[in-house]
Amino acid sequence: MSEQTATPPGAENPVFYDVEDHPHPPGASTMLGFWLYLMSDCLIFAMLFAAYGVYGGSTAGGPTAKELFDLPLVAVNTAMLLFSSITYGFAMIATDEKKQGATLAWLALTGLFGAAFIGIELYEFSHLIHEGAGPTRSAFLSAFFTLVGTHGLHVTSGLIWLAVLMVQVARRGLIADNVRRLQCLSLFWHFLDVIWIGVFTFVYLMGVLR
Amino acid sequence: MSASGHQTQGHEAQHGDDAPHGSRRGYVIGFLLSAVLTAIPFALVMGGAFTDTRITAGLITVAAAIQIVVHMIYFLHMNTKSEAGWTVMALIFTAIIVVIVIAGSLWVMYNMNANMMPHMMTETGSGGM
Repeated sequence: MSEQTATPPGAENPVFYDVEDHPHPPGASTMLGFWLYLMSDCLIFAMLFAAYGVYGGSTAGGPTAKELFDLPLVAVNTAMLLFSSITYGFAMIATDEKKQGATLAWLALTGLFGAAFIGIELYEFSHLIHEGAGPTRSAFLSAFFTLVGTHGLHVTSGLIWLAVLMVQVARRGLIADNVRRLQCLSLFWHFLDVIWIGVFTFVYLMGVLR
Repeated sequence: MSASGHQTQGHEAQHGDDAPHGSRRGYVIGFLLSAVLTAIPFALVMGGAFTDTRITAGLITVAAAIQIVVHMIYFLHMNTKSEAGWTVMALIFTAIIVVIVIAGSLWVMYNMNANMMPHMMTETGSGGM
């Protein structure tokens, strides 16, 4: 037995094969990683939607969704976010075509629509709180402010990210790193629009129907 | 494992061209579909098209579901090939968890309210669901 294990063939000059060998260019796995982040973010919103679904009718004798929600304002807000989605799309097309000026212009327009969205939402929140329908009024309003506020915070972070990226593109141009970052923000921005579909359908429209 | 490794290799070799791309036409189609699928539910609710709110609720849910798919295809450029199918797998997994979390919460809490707090519901008149 010891004779067999003493010198296996090729033991004096071993050769190793890495069958899994493949190139890892910088940023190659970024898009998949960012997508997985978005999916985990989706779970946060799922929990907030579930909480709103459970507490949506628990108004504690306070104002109901039907009395509070101003649908024309929500429609304008929805339009703002949808406009910002298509302008971001055009920014990505300009990026693909290596047009730095057009990219910056479309990004600026996206930022304006996003800022309008946040402005309208803040107006709505302050209006509700002024009417005595703040987050402490009832479980329904707590759930509402948490869900819609979390979405608003995401859009605000997106706006900050957008501003930072505009500075980076203006200073360094459409280099590979910046293009990759723009693609990540593209996913983030469109993802927030998808979440908003759920918000305006299940919070605002269903709330008024209830 | 080795099969997926080879797929990854072929996939990353051409990574520069593999990033999600949209076309002007795609974005415009997505935008128009989204605008219509947003306008319909708002019109249904604000116009009070149906006296039975359950029909309206069903229709706006369907519109939202279709619009989410439209956004996924035209804005997020989802397809079964990107990242060797891992994005779609992650999406399907997440969708299953989302359905379990939301449907499960509503189901459990509805039964809690119905079975365990009858006196509270009649007392306040607005407690529970």
